[in-house]
Amino acid sequence: MAVAGAAGPLHASRKAKAGRERARRVALYVVLAVLLAIVLTPFLWMLSSSLKHDIDVLSIPVQWIPKDWVWSNYDSIWSVAPMAGYLANSSILAVTITFLQVLTGSFAAYGFSKVRFPGRDALFLGYIATIAVPWQAYMIPQYIMMQQAHLTDSFLSLILLQAFSAFGVFLMRQYYLSIPDELVEAARLDGLSDYGIWARIVLPLTKPALASLALLTFVNTWNDYMGPFIYLSSNNLWTVQIGLASFIGQYSAQYAMIMTGSVISVVPVLVIFLVGQRFFIAGIATSGMKG
Amino acid sequence: MTSLAEPDSWLPEPRTTSAGGGRTSPANPPPSRRSPLRRRATLVGWSFILPNFIGFALFTLVPVLAAFVLAFTHWDAYNPPSWAGLRNFARLLRDENFRVALTNTALYALGHVPLTLALSLGLALLLNQKLRGIAFFRVALFFPYVTSLVAVAIVWNMLFNPTSGPVNQFLHLIGAADPPGWTASPTWALPAVIITAVWKDMGYYMVLFLAGLQTIPREYYEAASVDGATGWRTFWNVTVPCLRPTTFFVLVMLTISSFKVFDLIFVMTQGGPGRSTLVLSQLIYQVGILDGDFGYSSAIALALFLIVAAITVFQFRLQQRREQ
Repeated sequence: MAVAGAAGPLHASRKAKAGRERARRVALYVVLAVLLAIVLTPFLWMLSSSLKHDIDVLSIPVQWIPKDWVWSNYDSIWSVAPMAGYLANSSILAVTITFLQVLTGSFAAYGFSKVRFPGRDALFLGYIATIAVPWQAYMIPQYIMMQQAHLTDSFLSLILLQAFSAFGVFLMRQYYLSIPDELVEAARLDGLSDYGIWARIVLPLTKPALASLALLTFVNTWNDYMGPFIYLSSNNLWTVQIGLASFIGQYSAQYAMIMTGSVISVVPVLVIFLVGQRFFIAGIATSGMKG
Repeated sequence: MTSLAEPDSWLPEPRTTSAGGGRTSPANPPPSRRSPLRRRATLVGWSFILPNFIGFALFTLVPVLAAFVLAFTHWDAYNPPSWAGLRNFARLLRDENFRVALTNTALYALGHVPLTLALSLGLALLLNQKLRGIAFFRVALFFPYVTSLVAVAIVWNMLFNPTSGPVNQFLHLIGAADPPGWTASPTWALPAVIITAVWKDMGYYMVLFLAGLQTIPREYYEAASVDGATGWRTFWNVTVPCLRPTTFFVLVMLTISSFKVFDLIFVMTQGGPGRSTLVLSQLIYQVGILDGDFGYSSAIALALFLIVAAITVFQFRLQQRREQ
C-alpha cells in the first residue's frame, strides 16, 4: 500500500505531504506496538508466572511482575520431573530425524531436478499428492504396521515415520530448480559424476536451502505432539511435549511449575529461531507449507 | 536472503523467473529411447531417489493406500480383518459421535479460516512497508507459530481461566459483567480454542502474504498513483487482484489445516467439556488407537479425507471460474 507519490509541484504541498507522511508513520508504529503487545503478552505472562509462587499465578488482579521472584522454580523442576531426560529425548529425535531428512531429501531432490529419466515426473507427482493427504487419514495403517513390527514405544518408529517425508524432497527440489542446468551440464562435461556434482556444486550452492529445511524439520519435530503421544508410552522415552502435557494432569495445581516447564520447552526453539529466522521465513515462503 | 519464490510455486512445475526447469534446457536434451545413456540416467536418477523413496514408500505411500482398503473392512483388537463393504459408512451415518465431531470440526474451520485469513493479510499489509525496525516486528509476530503447541495450549488455558484468568479480568475491567466461561463452558470452549489457534497461526500465513506482496511490481502502484488513485482504491484495484493467487493458496492451506486440527484442542480441552470440542482427528485417534477398531476408524479417516478433498476441489473450481 506504500505508494510513492509523485513530487508535488509546489513547495507548500510538498511540506504538507511530508507532515502527513510523518503522521502516518507514527500511527503505524502505534498500531504495530499494540499488535506486538497483544501477540507477545501470553509469552510475558508465561515468563512472569514461571517465577511466581503457585498461588500468585492466577491472582486477582493480575501480577504482571512477580511479587516475590521465585527463581527456585527453575532449580526444583529438574527434580520434580525428569525434565533433563525429556529434553535429551526430544533432542535425539529431532537431531536424527532432521539429519536423515536433510540428507535423503536433498539427495532425492537432485534426482528429481537434475537427472532426466522416464517416469520421473509421475513419481514426483506421487510424492506431492501425499503431501495433500492429511496425516490423520493414514495414521491408523501406520500404527498397525509399527505394531506388527513391534516398533511401537520406540524412537525407531517415529524416526522411520518422520525422516523420509515428501516435504523435504519437495522443498529442496524447489531450490534446485533455480540452479541453472548449464552449470550441471558443464560439470558433467568436465567429467564430474552426478554424485560429485551433488556434493561439490549443488550442496554448497544451496546452503541456505539446507538451513531452511533443517530448521523447519528440527522445530517441527521438537514441537510434535501427536506422534510421540501415540507412539511413546514409556515415561523414559517421553519428549518435552509429552512430559509437559502430562504435568497438567499430575501437578494440576502447581501452576508456576507448569509455566516453568513451558518456558524451558520453548527456550531451545526460541534460540534456534532467533539465530536462523531468515532461513525459516525463506523456507516457508518457498514451500508455503509445513511438514 | 534467497529469493522469495512465487507463493504458488509449490505446484509441480514452479513458475520461478530465475531459471527454467530441467525440461526446456537445450543443453540437456532428452536421451533417445533405449539408448545405454538413457538406461544409465535412469539408474543414476533412481540411485539418488532411492534412499528417500524406500522410507517414503514404506511409511507413507503404503499406509495411504492401505487406509483406503481398511475403511472397507471389519478389523478390531479382537477379530481378524474381514470384508465389510459399505457397512462402516452406514455406521458413520448413525454415529452420534461422528455427527458431533464433524459439526465441531466444521464450526472450527468456519471460525479459524476467515479470522486467520483476514488478520494475516492485515498484518502483512502493515508490515510490507519500508520502516525502521520493521524486520523486528515481522520476526516477533511470527514467533507464536514456532512455539511449541503444548506450551501455547497450557498458557492460553490459564489465560482463559473463567474466574481469575487475565482474559476475564480484562473483560471485567472494560465492563463485561458476566464474561464467558471459555474452556470450562460447552458454548465457549470452541471459540476459546479458535482464538488460540488464530493467535498462533496468523504469523505463518502473514509470511506467505508478505511473499505474495513482494511479487507485485512497483510499477503497478506507480501507475495507480499517476492515475490519481489513493489508499483504498489502490488496495482494491491493485493489491487484491495481484494477491489473488496467494490468497487462494492460503485459503486452501488454512482449510486443510483446520480440518486436521488435533493437538491444540486435545491439550487444551481433551475434546470437552462433554463433547463440545471433539473433532474428527480426535475421534479417529479414540476409535482407532485407543479402542483398536482399525476398520471403522479408517472409515472416519477416509470421510475426513474426502471432505477435505471435496472442499479443495470446490475451491479450485471457484478460483478457475473467477480467472476466466
